[in-house]
Amino acid sequence: MRPVIHVSAIRKTYGSTAAVDDVSFEVNDGEIFGLIGPNGAGKTTTMECIEGLRTPDRGAISVLGLDPFNDVYKLQERIGVQLQQAQLQKRIKVWEAVDLWASLYQRNAIDGERLLEQLGLIEKRNAWFMTLSGGQKQRLFIALALINDPELVFLDELTTGLDPQARRAIWDLVRGIRERGKTVFLTTHLMEEAERLCDRVAIIEHGRIIDIDSPESLVKRHCPERTVVLATDDGSAAERFRAIPRVEAITCRGSQVTIRGSGDDLVTEVIHCLSENRIRVTDFRTILPNLEDVFLKLTGHSIRD
Amino acid sequence: MLRGLWKLTWIEIKIFLREPLGAIGTIGIPVLVFLVVGRMVGRRTALTSPATSNFIGVGLPVLASVLILIGAVLSLVTIISIYREGGILKRLRATPLRPETILTAHVMVKLLLSAATLVLMVAAGKRYYPVGIHAPLVGFTMALLISTCSILSIGFLIASLVPTARFAQPIGAIIMYPMMAVSGLFAPVESLPPAAQAVAKVLPLTYAVSLLEGIWKGDAWWAHARDLTALAVTFIVCTAVSAKVFRWE
Repeated sequence: MRPVIHVSAIRKTYGSTAAVDDVSFEVNDGEIFGLIGPNGAGKTTTMECIEGLRTPDRGAISVLGLDPFNDVYKLQERIGVQLQQAQLQKRIKVWEAVDLWASLYQRNAIDGERLLEQLGLIEKRNAWFMTLSGGQKQRLFIALALINDPELVFLDELTTGLDPQARRAIWDLVRGIRERGKTVFLTTHLMEEAERLCDRVAIIEHGRIIDIDSPESLVKRHCPERTVVLATDDGSAAERFRAIPRVEAITCRGSQVTIRGSGDDLVTEVIHCLSENRIRVTDFRTILPNLEDVFLKLTGHSIRD
Repeated sequence: MLRGLWKLTWIEIKIFLREPLGAIGTIGIPVLVFLVVGRMVGRRTALTSPATSNFIGVGLPVLASVLILIGAVLSLVTIISIYREGGILKRLRATPLRPETILTAHVMVKLLLSAATLVLMVAAGKRYYPVGIHAPLVGFTMALLISTCSILSIGFLIASLVPTARFAQPIGAIIMYPMMAVSGLFAPVESLPPAAQAVAKVLPLTYAVSLLEGIWKGDAWWAHARDLTALAVTFIVCTAVSAKVFRWE
C-alpha cells in the first residue's frame, strides 16, 4: 500500500516539556489509522503538525507529497479537518456553514445538501449552531471536513463527550468515509473506539510512540492471556483442567470454574477436555484481552488514570 | 486572497444582526440618541448662543460618529476574543482561508455597519439641522473611514493581547473611554489642563477628532496633514505589532 503520510522523528516542545518526542510513523492510503493514548500524550500536537497548524521543532513530515509548513494552502485544499473542541459562530445556520466552507475551496465542492442528508442533518439545515446537540455538532463538523471531497480526513477526538448511541452513529459514518476510498487519520483515548474503527493504531504516551500495529496483532503480541469461565456441577472437572498444557490458574466458586492460561490453543484444549471427559456445562464463555489490556501492559497503568 | 471574503463578511453581518442586541444596540440606539438630542437642542439653535450652535452644527455629528467608531472597536475586540476562545478562529484557519481574509472580513463588517448607522443618522438628522449647514458628506465619510481604520487597528492590538474574552470588553473600555475624554470631543484640547493636553497629544483619537471636525467644517485636507500622519502611523504600528503578537487560539 502507498503511504500518504510520512512522519519521521518529529519533536515539539512547549517550554521545557516535550509534547512530542521522536515520533515516526506512516499512514497508508485507504486505511483508518488511529493515534491512541491518554489525554496529554501528544496526540493533538502530532495531528496538528501534520495538518500544518503547528510546526515541529525537529523532524520531517510529508502529507500527500506536500510539506505541511511550506505548502499549507495547497495541502488544505486536499484534506478535511475536524478539530478537537472546535466551535462555530453561535448563530450561524447549518446551511450557511456548509455553504461558506464550500466556497473556500478551489476544487469543486460536493453537493452540500446531499451531504447534510447523508449525515442526517437535513431537517436542521436552518438551525443555529448553538441549538444543535453534541452529536449534531460533530456531524456538522464531519460535513465540513468532507465538503471539499478530500483525499485525507483528520478527526481529533471525534466522539468525546457523546453518549453511546451518538457515538455508534458516528462510527458508522467514519467507516462510510473509508468506503468512499478516503484515508482517515484519527485520535482517540477510547480503546473501544480504536478497536472497532481502526485498521492500524499507534499507541502514544508522554509524547513517544510505544508500538504500531493492527489492534488484533497488538493484542496477540502483547497479551497471550486467555480466560475461560464455565459452570459445571461435575466435582472432578477442575482436576481434569489442570492437566491441560499452559493452564496457569484455576479457581472455583460454587459451580463456576475460571481457567486462566495463555496461548491461542487454550480454548480449544478446554473444549477438547470437556468433550473427552463428558463434562456437562451449563455456561461457557471466554474473556479475551483487548487494546485496553495492551495499553495496561505496555505502560503499566490504565488509560483512564 | 479574496476567496471567501465576501461570503464570510455577509455571514458575519447576518450573525451580528441575529444577536439579541445586535441591530438595536449598534444602529438603533445611536440614531435614537441623536434624534432625541437633536430635538431637544436643535429647535432652539437659531435663538441661542454661538456655543450651542457650534455644538449642534459640528460637535454633535462628530460626537455621534466617534461614538459609533468606539462602539465598533469595542465590539471588534469582543468578537475576536470570543472567536479565539471558542476555537472558531482556529477552525477557520484550518481551511484554505488566509488569516488576513478572516480579519479583513471582521473589519469590513464593522465598517459596513458603521456606515449604515451613519446613513440612517444623516437621513434622520436632516429634519433637525438648521438650513445653511452644508457639510461635505463625501469628504467627511472619507475622514471617518480613515479614522475608523486607524482606531480599529488599536482594537486589533487589544484583541491580540487580552488573555480571555471576559477581559476583552472591560480592557477595551478602559483604553477607549479615557481616550475620548481628552480627545477634544467634549472640550477643546487647548482648554484642558497642561497635563491632560500632553496626554491628548499622544493619543490617536485626538487626531481623529481634529480631522473629523475640520473636514465637517469644510477645511481643506492639507490643513490636516498632521492628523492624517498621526492616524497613518497608528495604523501601521498597531497592524505590524498585531501581526507579530496575534494569537489564533
